[in-house]
Amino acid sequence: MNKGAKKTLTKLIIAVPLMFAFGFALVPLYDVFCEALGINGKPSSKPEQSDEFVIDNGRPIALQFISTNNKNMPWTFEPSEQVMKIETGKYHTATFYVKNTTNRKMVAQAVPSVAPSNAAAHLKKLECFCFEQQELMPGEDALLPVKLLVSNDLPSNIKNVILSYTIFDITDYNDEAMAHHEMGME
Amino acid sequence: MSAVIENHHDDHHHGPAKGLTRWLYTTNHKDIGTLYLWFSFAMFLVGGAMAMIIRAELFQPGMQIVEPEFYNQMITLHGLIMIFGGVMPAFVGLANWLIPMQIGAPDMALPRMNNLSFWILPFAFFILLSSLFMEGGAPNFGWTFYAPLSTEYAPPSTTFFIFSVHIMGASSIMGSINVVVTIMNMRAPGISLMKMPLFVWSWLITAYLLIAVMPVLAGAVTMMLMDIHFGTSFFNAAGGGDPVLFQHIFWFFGHPEVYIMILPAFGIVSHIIETFSRKQLFGHSSMVWAMLSIAILSFVVWAHHMFTVGLPLAAEIFFMWATMLIAVPTGVKVFNWVATMFRGSISFETPMLFAVAFVVLFTIGGLSGLMLAIVPADFQYHDTYFVVAHFHYVLVPGAIFSIMAAVYYWIPKWTGNMYDERLGRLHFWLSFIGVNVTFFPQHFIGLAGMPRRYPDYALQFADWNMVSSVGAFLFGFSQLLFLFIVLKTVMGGKKATGQVWEGAKGLEWSVASPAPYHTFSTPPKVD
Repeated sequence: MNKGAKKTLTKLIIAVPLMFAFGFALVPLYDVFCEALGINGKPSSKPEQSDEFVIDNGRPIALQFISTNNKNMPWTFEPSEQVMKIETGKYHTATFYVKNTTNRKMVAQAVPSVAPSNAAAHLKKLECFCFEQQELMPGEDALLPVKLLVSNDLPSNIKNVILSYTIFDITDYNDEAMAHHEMGME
Repeated sequence: MSAVIENHHDDHHHGPAKGLTRWLYTTNHKDIGTLYLWFSFAMFLVGGAMAMIIRAELFQPGMQIVEPEFYNQMITLHGLIMIFGGVMPAFVGLANWLIPMQIGAPDMALPRMNNLSFWILPFAFFILLSSLFMEGGAPNFGWTFYAPLSTEYAPPSTTFFIFSVHIMGASSIMGSINVVVTIMNMRAPGISLMKMPLFVWSWLITAYLLIAVMPVLAGAVTMMLMDIHFGTSFFNAAGGGDPVLFQHIFWFFGHPEVYIMILPAFGIVSHIIETFSRKQLFGHSSMVWAMLSIAILSFVVWAHHMFTVGLPLAAEIFFMWATMLIAVPTGVKVFNWVATMFRGSISFETPMLFAVAFVVLFTIGGLSGLMLAIVPADFQYHDTYFVVAHFHYVLVPGAIFSIMAAVYYWIPKWTGNMYDERLGRLHFWLSFIGVNVTFFPQHFIGLAGMPRRYPDYALQFADWNMVSSVGAFLFGFSQLLFLFIVLKTVMGGKKATGQVWEGAKGLEWSVASPAPYHTFSTPPKVD
């Protein structure tokens, strides 16, 4: 093989793992883009300081709540109110009722999503149960609060914002104590 | 094709080894090309048999022949086998046979790797097909294997599917590296880049696309493997992942992939139309630039497969316009072919029939693609039979017709025998009618709202489905005639001359027919 061919070959062989790595780099890039552009209905996962968004002359919108249980998640999980009439630029607090209906200790995590997706960037959460994990003993229930504000920058064609939570079972069943506890129950 | 091949030129060259080991150990580009072509033909028949099962089940409404679970396995394997086992290896086979002869090189640049890249392929498809007999059945999530259907809800055989995709990817990547190194470094003196024959150009671009996107596909299936077995959450929302991310990664591979399956066809059809019109191609460099622009655009249009996932409006508009932009270089190509035929002294031998049908039917597939690019319309068409009709029009009378045209065009060079022209034309007309009867009605039932990937359908779709199935059986069984014609040509027939076709130009026609086992051991003179 001549020199030129070796050079081409080396370049191409380097390109292959680089493109493989690029495939994996798309994962963080995707999150960065979604968060930076506020797309994909992904609201921020951190509490925000939103005093700057508070105003007096907001407009009325409807805020709807949806709760979903992920596959195999037995808990009761529902919003206290289905719809709230709110005003943009004002704080509101909504609550979700949650109950561990099983006879074992479980840990849960709620993941929020906003529809329409271009409203996600305008929904500011000051406090949210979705920022932390919920650990409930057998039969225990709780009222989980979310304190939020919809900024007045919300595109004017949006009159209805849906905040949806899906609750996931993230109990670590590999944890020995847990496993033992579970076996003892059966 | 194991007929004794005489050596006309140099006596110090040896012919092929005898027996099975010839094929196992061969590093000869012509042998490897032959292996690829036969392998892809075998896979074409296997994938075709699955299509027959699919169309038999859809012959009338209600469940007739197979269980819904098995139907899902059939549509998945049909897609995977036709793409990765049928079309792609056939083009690689043609590349092996033709590229060294068209650029005046003695062989591919990396002959041993060439052998390896072919011989791992049968293992990949053995693994994939063996999943049919595993507990839980074969993969059943469609050839696009969207997560979490292909991770959380997939059968256990998915792991074997993942490994088979890894092997196919490795094979394609090695094959493409070989093509690029050969083209960039082994051209005979005097063949500058812009003087390269168009099939060589089309494969150079295709090979670069493959090297860019096959590793991304390997990454996607590796992430699936990790989600299934190692507890990661790339695509699992419960762990902070995102299923839509899968679609972005998949189509970042998938859209260039669909051009990988059509670019070599552009090269083939350009040669054939030029030969049988007995004219020079209307515009050689405009063809090259059109192919390059199509290849570059293929990286910025992937999200048009995902208009309904809830993309932001700005993204939908961007991907819509970028997609429509592809119609410009494609139009350049189509008008180029038409202008080449204009006032040519055309004769319609079988390769030309397939090539002209390619131009007409591929354009129909392109136009339905333009309709699908319109975002609001796509909301209606998404996942209906209209999409099925669209991509079958570009793949069957597009890619596959071009491969058949190539086989008829170059088989006299490969075997030294002319194929039976009468049977060839019969094969063309049966295929042409079969393909249109199969896929044209699918436009109607798609626009009427029949969803894809279901084993059953509502009564109002019954008539056109029956027509479509009849066409599919006609097309499917006509391919046995193709097999017969190829075998007959290999066995014997009217001897072909070196030039074979009156209007044929190019280095591959300057050697004897059949092409000697070793060609261009000393580079030819090109002015």
